Amino acid sequence: MNNYTNKVVQPDFSKSPRIDKVGVEERVSKFQKRSLKRETKLMGLRMALSMIDLTTLEGKDTIQKVKQMCYKAQHLHDVFPNLPKVAAVCVYPSMVRVASKLLDQSEVKVASVSTSFPSGQSPLKVKLMETKFAISEGADEIDMVISRGKFLAGEYNFVFDEIARIKEVCGNVRLKVILETGELITLDNVRRASEIAMYAGADFIKTSTGKIQPAASMQVTYVMLEAIRDFMDKTGIKVGMKPAGGISNSKLALHNLVMVNEVLGNGWLSNEWFRFGASSLANDLLMQIIKSETGIYQSSDYFSID
Amino acid sequence: MERLKILKTYKIYIGGSFPRTESGRYYQPVNHKGDKLGNICQSSRKDIRNSVVEARKAFSVWSEKSNFNRGQILYRIAEMLEGRKSQFVDELIFQSLSKSNAEKEVNLSIDRLIYYAGWCDKYSQVLDSVNPVASSHFNFSINEPTGVVGLIADQNTSLIGLVSLLAPIIVGGNTCVVIASENLPLSAITFAEVLNSSDVPAGVVNIITGFLDELIKPLTTHMDINSIAYSGKSEKIKKQLKESSALNLKRINVYSRDWIKPVSQDLYLISDFQEIKTTWHPIENIGGSSSQY
Repeated sequence: MNNYTNKVVQPDFSKSPRIDKVGVEERVSKFQKRSLKRETKLMGLRMALSMIDLTTLEGKDTIQKVKQMCYKAQHLHDVFPNLPKVAAVCVYPSMVRVASKLLDQSEVKVASVSTSFPSGQSPLKVKLMETKFAISEGADEIDMVISRGKFLAGEYNFVFDEIARIKEVCGNVRLKVILETGELITLDNVRRASEIAMYAGADFIKTSTGKIQPAASMQVTYVMLEAIRDFMDKTGIKVGMKPAGGISNSKLALHNLVMVNEVLGNGWLSNEWFRFGASSLANDLLMQIIKSETGIYQSSDYFSID
Repeated sequence: MERLKILKTYKIYIGGSFPRTESGRYYQPVNHKGDKLGNICQSSRKDIRNSVVEARKAFSVWSEKSNFNRGQILYRIAEMLEGRKSQFVDELIFQSLSKSNAEKEVNLSIDRLIYYAGWCDKYSQVLDSVNPVASSHFNFSINEPTGVVGLIADQNTSLIGLVSLLAPIIVGGNTCVVIASENLPLSAITFAEVLNSSDVPAGVVNIITGFLDELIKPLTTHMDINSIAYSGKSEKIKKQLKESSALNLKRINVYSRDWIKPVSQDLYLISDFQEIKTTWHPIENIGGSSSQY
């Protein structure tokens, strides 16, 4: 899609901007205090639903489980009409074929994690092979993890090259780069990793695998959104954002949307540029939407589990 | 100089803590002399919502405790109430009761808790059954808690009406969301303090105060409430209960007992908040194998 590395001058990543943690916390707390009127809230809830990457990434995943999730992706809650569909399902490479077959005729995309998710601890050769495999099985999007160990050891070029090589293999398939911010320790590191990922060719940057706590905190997402904005200002290239892990209720999702809107503007308020990696969020959004439209508080007993 | 008395803020009880109502509103009920009882939270539907969330969370914790353990905890509530008897008596007197009636009500409330505490590890032996069936099955029925119960407490008493239904509800493993008496709310909140110091897990009992008219609808329409208990005679409320409970087929239990009577307690109040599960377990033909027994 984009051949960034040729066009864009790479900065020295060791000189990435430092992040003022106190300032970030202050700013983030503001996003949580916006008053959303009923109409806006309802719009936000529906929008959030359409931005979900419905995810199952468990060792215990079975073909049936994936089939069930693909069904859910297209039929969130059929008794209530006019609900949007989710953006994508996110599965392991071995499940891509099943999912892509089932979602062939729908606009729901199939995303596959790759590069030895979640640890990323395997040689580049293996990572490239895995990525090629997922794409050949029908993946529309690839979610890769960065090598956090190398990153923390200061080998930024290694991390950069790895992402660039994976991007090469992806071609037109959109690449999401998971920073696993829970392992990056500081916000400075989050900012630096975001820049490395974007300059190396990421189409999306993503907070977490969902396997490590803390995951997508508002603070971390905010730092990444700022990095996206600065990258856009410098290079004119638009990069998407995907907070994943820990966003389990509607309120948090709305806070995130408010934040995206205020940091990046409404150009990012579509599932082409913003996603939620979540599994339990969908049901909570559904319950909130139905509550808002009927005035009746809902129970999870009446919603599908997967 | 005389010491200034510190007035108590009566707050609601949700998930084991005492927040103010989400709405920030309050009302001031009065006693027969026209004294204000206090600033009482005028709770909103969002407080109901929060309570139901907490009650649902607590349900697995509470219903999975052994019956014996639940009995111990109920006994503990009675002990704590006994220790704070004078405070309850004073509050009842302040809420227009005579001293003797106030003492009677508190004593009876304690006794009633003990009564149900005693039933806790026994009711299933009486209510459960092994059923005779005409096939090779071992057929048995057991009682399981209904789930989250919405309790619209007796409006004419402050303490005994509340305790008389709360005890059989929680004895059986249910959790509950209580709307306290609108005009006599003090004892309910003080009772929440007793619950809070009696090893009752957070969320098992949630008590909110406010206007019945406003709170009944969100309580009875809530899809995550499985049963409604109402103590009172209002035909309007009964009708409303039936209509809105139809949404998810809540079990409705309506009582018009005089709770102050010692006989207003029985095992069947426990079974009103139980669902019967019957199991057919295949076994070898009993008829042919009688010698084996």
